[in-house]
Amino acid sequence: MATEKLISDDGIRNDGRKIDELREIKFDIGVLKNTDGSAYVEWGRTKILVGVMGPRESHPKHLALADKARIDAFYRMASFSVEEWKSPAPSRRETELSKVIREALSPAVFTEYFPRTSIDIFIEVLQADGSTRCAAISAASLALVDAGIPMRDLVASIAVGKVDGQLVLDVQDKEDKEGESDMPMAYMPSKNAVTLLQMDGQITQEEFARSIDMLKKGCLEVYRLQRDAIEAHFKVSESSNEEA
Amino acid sequence: MRVVNIPVNFEQRQLVVPGTLLAEGRYQPGFNVYQDADKYFASIVGLADLRNDLISVIPLRGCYLPQPGDIVIGKVIECIPTAWMLDIRSPYQGILFASEYLSKPLNPMREDARKYLDVGEMVIASVIAFDRTRNPSLSCRDHNLGKIQKGTVIDVEATRVPRIIGKKGSMISMLKKETNAQIMVGQNGRVWISGKSRDDEAYVAAAIKKIADEAHTSGLTDRIREYLVSNRR
Amino acid sequence: MSARIIPVVKRKQIIELSDSGKRTDGRSLTDYRNIEIIIGDIDKAEGSATVILGGTRVTAGVKFEIGDPFPDTPNEGVMQVSAEFVPFASPEFEPGKPDETAVELARVVDRGLRESKMLDTSKLCIEPGKRVWICHVDLYILDHCGNLIDTAALAGLCALLSAKMPEAKVKGDTVELTGKKLPMPFSGIVPINVTLAKIGDKLFADPSFEEEEVLDCRLSVAFMQKGDDEKSLMLCAMQKGEAGYMTIEEVTRAVELAKLKSQELRSLVSSKVNING
Repeated sequence: MATEKLISDDGIRNDGRKIDELREIKFDIGVLKNTDGSAYVEWGRTKILVGVMGPRESHPKHLALADKARIDAFYRMASFSVEEWKSPAPSRRETELSKVIREALSPAVFTEYFPRTSIDIFIEVLQADGSTRCAAISAASLALVDAGIPMRDLVASIAVGKVDGQLVLDVQDKEDKEGESDMPMAYMPSKNAVTLLQMDGQITQEEFARSIDMLKKGCLEVYRLQRDAIEAHFKVSESSNEEA
Repeated sequence: MRVVNIPVNFEQRQLVVPGTLLAEGRYQPGFNVYQDADKYFASIVGLADLRNDLISVIPLRGCYLPQPGDIVIGKVIECIPTAWMLDIRSPYQGILFASEYLSKPLNPMREDARKYLDVGEMVIASVIAFDRTRNPSLSCRDHNLGKIQKGTVIDVEATRVPRIIGKKGSMISMLKKETNAQIMVGQNGRVWISGKSRDDEAYVAAAIKKIADEAHTSGLTDRIREYLVSNRR
Repeated sequence: MSARIIPVVKRKQIIELSDSGKRTDGRSLTDYRNIEIIIGDIDKAEGSATVILGGTRVTAGVKFEIGDPFPDTPNEGVMQVSAEFVPFASPEFEPGKPDETAVELARVVDRGLRESKMLDTSKLCIEPGKRVWICHVDLYILDHCGNLIDTAALAGLCALLSAKMPEAKVKGDTVELTGKKLPMPFSGIVPINVTLAKIGDKLFADPSFEEEEVLDCRLSVAFMQKGDDEKSLMLCAMQKGEAGYMTIEEVTRAVELAKLKSQELRSLVSSKVNING
């Protein structure tokens, strides 16, 4: 239970942020050599690597879908990513997160272009400091772009929490553990599509409405950072407009 | 009824990402563009391109999808009684039937397909048919196609192949002229190089990797020519 | 699947090019690829390091846990090395339990660190016979472009050298963590692993991925040395791997070459992290 206040009287959180302020977020694209696409994100102290393999032949073959590609996500946490040593065997939490992350990203992908193939999204949380699923989804979108997989839009994600009775954007570890609620959302702006929404804790309907508002604004901010990262990465490698 | 087109949202060859709104109105969606009502969006990271009313995106990243007529370089990964399965760096493996490789029929009761083509060997082949519901079928029944007997093969990104070939084959002709090597570029991003020595092949390979790395920069042909001249041995 | 099949043209090219002392990436036969070492990148771990050798990338983290001593060494703590192959590191890695390659890798790295006695495990004891520190050295293979063993060994070594251990005080039946971090009980000895591949009749230092695909066998040799004292240089672990073989002469040559290379790598490590404990 919270022994000290997480938000000061003048509205500053314990890591120095304002109520609706994101942590520093840094995306890197194309960081791995053995994948078809990859991305790395530092989201405050949260650090995640994502690698995409595919579209490739489905293994085992009977899992292949005749009319579209099969998407799989594997969310895993490194043994040293949290305070206490974590056994490398997958936990129930990791299994559930893998599923909701897959379902958050699938609506963006034109899976019908690649029948009978698999697209595997491998997520390795190297250091966890809250909102890892949001950071993972946002980075995975960029890894999919890097793999050249056709998509409707990027998927951006962020969480809103309730801390000391107040709603705060972009929940970090301490706020998640000691706060009253956590509500992550993933969002595809050009389709106005919410692709992930979870909540635990207690909030009023009014707080819910305000949360959604904050989540949408936060997602748009993450979306802008994602697009900046793509432009920065591909502008450097493709610096001019010569006719091919 | 006359539909007035709102001008497109991009400059020619502008970098776009999935979800970028390219235009509204009546256009033709080309490669890597999808339509939602009267809006046109990019579906891939690439350079936006408008030709007449056709909007497309030239991909900067992406896998190889076979098209009939393509020349590809494949690696044998499996021998089945009357055919070979080939890795062609695509989500879909190529299938090369014995009848498309040998000039005579192969009787699997009497002969082993591996005698002709074994796992690990590479071939240059052309794509005869592909529709994503079945594996692409390949053929070696043409001039210059068949098993690779000498030289080496390097991998490059498939999206870079148009630059290695160049406009009307300008780049590849220049490469061959300047290096005297034999070169075949597979559309699947594999390049076969055969030179007088292993050193020569390494020299050509380095030039091709340079083209792939700098694919969308200007003055590339001249820069590569200079590179070849200054590194000539 | 297809990546495991050795392209015949590739092996021929690599062997013929090596006749003039060259490799497909422009290195000489004894050169290592570029090495980048990042210390302390996982600040939630007690020690951490990422090593990027060519394109191969391994992040190692050190974590401490209180546990039971082994019955035969009741007064000693435990150092435990394990390896996780992250599936995005190579198309051949599958999600799931560590396979034999991962187990071999972890054990080879473990032997190098353990046999050198760089860490005095008796100082990891909290309460003799009852409670000791378990020091986990976990190696995460993040990108595989060849020579995982050397990269992982360097990462594990650097993570360990950069680690601080928590202070624990026995109070009656319980153990209390003071929150203080103590220096690790190092002996000043630094083991360095060097892997050589045999392809045809030549030895290749730091094999790349495509060289590993076509190799006959490999030999990993760990050399340890205390500080700058070259007289204290000794072998502390060896492992031959893969199905081919080396002649006695080749083994001798490999060990000699490994000794030279281990000196280079040791001075690189000492420029990044304090090796004197």
